[in-house]
Amino acid sequence: MRNSVPVFEAKGLQVIRGGSLILNVPSLRVSDGEILVLIGPNGAGKSTLLQTLSALAKPSRGEILFRGRKIGADIPVLEYRRRLAMVLQEPLLFDTTVFNNVASGLKIRGMKRNELEPVVTQALERFGISHLRDRSARTLSGGEARRASIARAFATNPEVLLLDEPFSALDPVMRETLLEDLERVLQETRMTTIFVTHDRMEAIRLGTRLGVMNGGEILQTGSSHEVMNHPVNEFVASLVGVENILKGKVIRVKNGSFVASVAGREVEAVGDLGSGEEVTLCIRAENVTLLPLASGGHTHHGNTFSTTVNKITSMGFYQKVQVTCGFPLMAYITNSSFSDLSLKEGAEVLASFNIKAVHVIRSASRIVLTEPKS
Amino acid sequence: MDLIFEGIIKAFWLLVSFDPEVMGITFLSIKVSGSATLISLIIGISVGASVALTRFRGRRIVVSLINTGMALPPVVVGLFVTISLWRNGPLGILGILYTPLAMIIAQAIIATPIVTGITLAAVQQLPAKLRLQILALGATRIQMLWILIKEAKLSLLAAVMAGFGGVISEVGASIMVGGNIKGYSRVLTTATVMETGRGNFDVAIALSIILLLLAYLINLVLTQVQQRERPR
Repeated sequence: MRNSVPVFEAKGLQVIRGGSLILNVPSLRVSDGEILVLIGPNGAGKSTLLQTLSALAKPSRGEILFRGRKIGADIPVLEYRRRLAMVLQEPLLFDTTVFNNVASGLKIRGMKRNELEPVVTQALERFGISHLRDRSARTLSGGEARRASIARAFATNPEVLLLDEPFSALDPVMRETLLEDLERVLQETRMTTIFVTHDRMEAIRLGTRLGVMNGGEILQTGSSHEVMNHPVNEFVASLVGVENILKGKVIRVKNGSFVASVAGREVEAVGDLGSGEEVTLCIRAENVTLLPLASGGHTHHGNTFSTTVNKITSMGFYQKVQVTCGFPLMAYITNSSFSDLSLKEGAEVLASFNIKAVHVIRSASRIVLTEPKS
Repeated sequence: MDLIFEGIIKAFWLLVSFDPEVMGITFLSIKVSGSATLISLIIGISVGASVALTRFRGRRIVVSLINTGMALPPVVVGLFVTISLWRNGPLGILGILYTPLAMIIAQAIIATPIVTGITLAAVQQLPAKLRLQILALGATRIQMLWILIKEAKLSLLAAVMAGFGGVISEVGASIMVGGNIKGYSRVLTTATVMETGRGNFDVAIALSIILLLLAYLINLVLTQVQQRERPR
């Protein structure tokens, strides 16, 4: 049974450095067993938040509660740190064998030599590096070093795992295998995890909840579906890969839907908005369909425009086709559709998207923080 | 040329015959310089690592003072230690002037800034986030310091070599505070100076060769340890 007291609860957390507010998190709760993935660009404050939560950096204001106990007051910092494990961007292994590296957290905790063996062996096996146990950490490849670093964190059996972009600078194959292993271990252990990344695919894959950060603030938290499909502002939309972000003004209101004027064209979307209201319309490129002109636009999508192909970019498995119809519109289409449509730059084609595929952001953006499901 | 050759022969002879006086001088040199290096390591590593890891007002001045201390002239050290230990000096009550202990103090003062400076540079060169990682592993500050020192061990071996090299070869301070007393405070460098002054070049060359051999052997051992570890 899950504990209803959150593992972490941050209240009014602020970090000021050099006179600048670099972290401002009024409220954040992380539940037991949750995997919260923080995404955001470089300098968004993700690592600062992680370091503050792990008591490696002191907040200028605010407090952090760990299982309801205030860090530094109700629970000593050292005891608190020993209940967590953190993996930083670089492996930062010590100049010794892989075994000793993985054992280092346990040795720091005073575990006896004979007790180390089974614990370290299990951690090495978990991450498939048993064969490297006697190797010097300096001779490891990038992927092996990352595995050793994650195994070192798991060896202490922490209550919370904090991962700060542990897969950065790894090649895609290495990244994928390590991600698979981490995913499996997290599922097995159901360890509460905060994972920082700027890769949205990693975020979607690992996270039970996503948090989008920028400028030291958490702009939105929610399930990956919520964040990916209902971004709260343009920044979040572009960060989660919404390629079509259109500015418009509501010109007609229907029952539960509205029509907005975008660069002189009419775009229909679902929502209760008032006429004259400024809106931002977000349409994911995968929701835009391209059709031959001959089809005559008899679709049930609601928004269909006669367009001209502006640019085609092959992405290998699919094609990115940018069309223009007064405003630019990006569509992802499969290679087979691409060849069926015989698309080329300058060709005329119909672009269509469902009115339900349009995510509407009212001009005044807001911050949406979803509480974890406990 | 003959002089050098004779010196080498003499050195060889003094060595193989285990000349008691030369052996005594050699062992005293090792004892004095070894003790001084040990003291300088204890102080230098602690101070160097602490300065490297802390930020405080005037830190740059402290660092520049340490760096200046690395080039501390032995005669200046000798002069101030002599004054301090002089009968009427502030530490005259100890009555240790012209003793090996006074030489150890003077040599430790010479070696400490060298060890401190190299330690400071070595710890500063470690990845900035390594401290965070060690603390994140649950280390206390003392544990963190110890792990960082272990991580900087290659550079610290260089500090040992530089510190020992600096004191085994210095003569100014040793002669001033030790007095070069036969069988009591005479070390290889002071004996060499004395024999050269007397015109006994063959003995002076012999002592110099022993001094070089000693420095080489100790550095060889340390280099072996250092090179067993490949740099990052």
